[in-house]
Amino acid sequence: MTLPPWLDDFLWTYQNLVHALGVNGLLALSMYVVLSVGQLSLGQAAFMGLGAYSSALMTIQLKLPFALVLPLSCVTPVLFALLIGIPSLRLSGVYLAIATIGLGEVLRAVYLNVDLFGGPMGLNGIPESAETWMIYALLAAAIVVLWVVGRSRIGRAMEAMREDETAAQVMGVDLWRYRLGALVASAALAGLAGCLSAHASDFIGPNEYGFDTAVTILSYALLGGIGTPLAPVLGAWVLTLLPELLRGISDIRLVVNGLIIVVAVLFLPTGLFPWRLKRG
Amino acid sequence: MIAQQLLNGFLLGAVYALFALGFTLMFGVLKVINLTYGFYFTIGAFIALGLTSKLGLPLWSALPLSAVGSGLVAVVVDTLLLTRLRRKGAPELASLMVTIGAVLALNAAMTAWLGADIRRLPAALIPDAAYNWGDIRVTAAQLLILGATAVLVAALIGLIRFTRLGLAIRALASRPDAAGLMGIDAGRTAAIVSLLSGALAGAGGVLIALDFNAIQPYMGEQMLLRGFVVIILGGLGDIRGALIAGLVLGMVEVLTAGYIASELKDAVGFLILVLVLWTRPSGLFGRAVVRRA
Repeated sequence: MTLPPWLDDFLWTYQNLVHALGVNGLLALSMYVVLSVGQLSLGQAAFMGLGAYSSALMTIQLKLPFALVLPLSCVTPVLFALLIGIPSLRLSGVYLAIATIGLGEVLRAVYLNVDLFGGPMGLNGIPESAETWMIYALLAAAIVVLWVVGRSRIGRAMEAMREDETAAQVMGVDLWRYRLGALVASAALAGLAGCLSAHASDFIGPNEYGFDTAVTILSYALLGGIGTPLAPVLGAWVLTLLPELLRGISDIRLVVNGLIIVVAVLFLPTGLFPWRLKRG
Repeated sequence: MIAQQLLNGFLLGAVYALFALGFTLMFGVLKVINLTYGFYFTIGAFIALGLTSKLGLPLWSALPLSAVGSGLVAVVVDTLLLTRLRRKGAPELASLMVTIGAVLALNAAMTAWLGADIRRLPAALIPDAAYNWGDIRVTAAQLLILGATAVLVAALIGLIRFTRLGLAIRALASRPDAAGLMGIDAGRTAAIVSLLSGALAGAGGVLIALDFNAIQPYMGEQMLLRGFVVIILGGLGDIRGALIAGLVLGMVEVLTAGYIASELKDAVGFLILVLVLWTRPSGLFGRAVVRRA
């Protein structure tokens, strides 16, 4: 692809930021999918980490081509989502939240202690095979798919169960299936994001996928809102750009993210971008 | 050897139980998984550190003061963040999300302020005597932890079982609207429950600090994960269940580290959690009401 020189310059200078915007957009969408069925998962960072580690190992140890690694990076996160989701999604929402927080922390302990995962040093020398256009193509595809699904019968059911579970159930919505489907889709998206970010930066470490990251991903979706699939992505972009624009707040970035969640839930339940999907 | 391991596990489990007791009490009465709970644990240890190293207070006064201090922090956090949502009858996940945001902000602010370095209590504070019975060795610090935990647990159970306040708490836990009709001040009782739970967490923080002597802003987060395992294993809101599950988790962790692999120590609790969710979501004793959705 040939780009105009100014755009090429810009992309080269701000490559990391441009990658982060795309990856964080995908992560915000993965959170959106779960929130839009009225559940709360704090496992998005853990699913991302599983995608990152499993794809990095496939590339480094098995020497698989990236075209194969990228789709396969969904597999491990989806298996873990099933392991946790099948029992806990039959219960009230707090069980999923608790189990997914636990998952992130236990995986961190595993990455730190098992030699295969490189211990505290993480994995180095991952070839940078993820191109910028791949990240954005996937992000655009995810937005379009979620938009179409959101406008369909499925989207109607998802919104119904978010607003009133009992009424949705009475109308014949199988809550457990929708929830499990949403969790699996969100784990797959987060896994893809993890694979892309690992192959865009050549290094991954055990501390990148912990509680702080999980909460940061939640803050993207809560700031943007979950009215349309675009809203959480915009939320992620605001929160990714903010520390770049205001250098002073990068030290207290996590404090800001935490406060945003508090303020969003208490005073701004529909987020910054409250428009809703129109259905025919 | 195994006797020594079981003893160490029992002591660790006693602190887990103490910590989880407040957590499960808070959930049982206030119906919210409060993630800031781990922060009260950290704050307790830091208050004790300040009182003993800056003011030179002895342990017998620093422990209760730290507990009360953490309890007050819990009341403030609950009042500022959760009262509003409770009054509106907001869904439980909204409350959970607020506490998630709050704990991230609180932990990060505390790290920015105090640094992430490990701090230590004054050495003179920790009794260094040790006693031997055959192969078993117990330190005075361990006996102190066990004694303090036993007193606190007994006091809490006594309070809940036998006092008017305890009756109000139990009423609020089982039927909030009926409790209100019977003249129980829900707001005041909720504040007292926050105070009690925060104080238990804070006391747990001081006791763990005495045992391992390593205090840093993220110590509560590690503990909170144990808290999750304990309250799910014991059954959400089940106080006796939490007590037994805490002891079980402590012993299982120590035995895993001793006989299987020390790397698995942090993972074994999570395996238990997933196993319980699959097989017995109402907890070991099956007495917690599983809220199916």
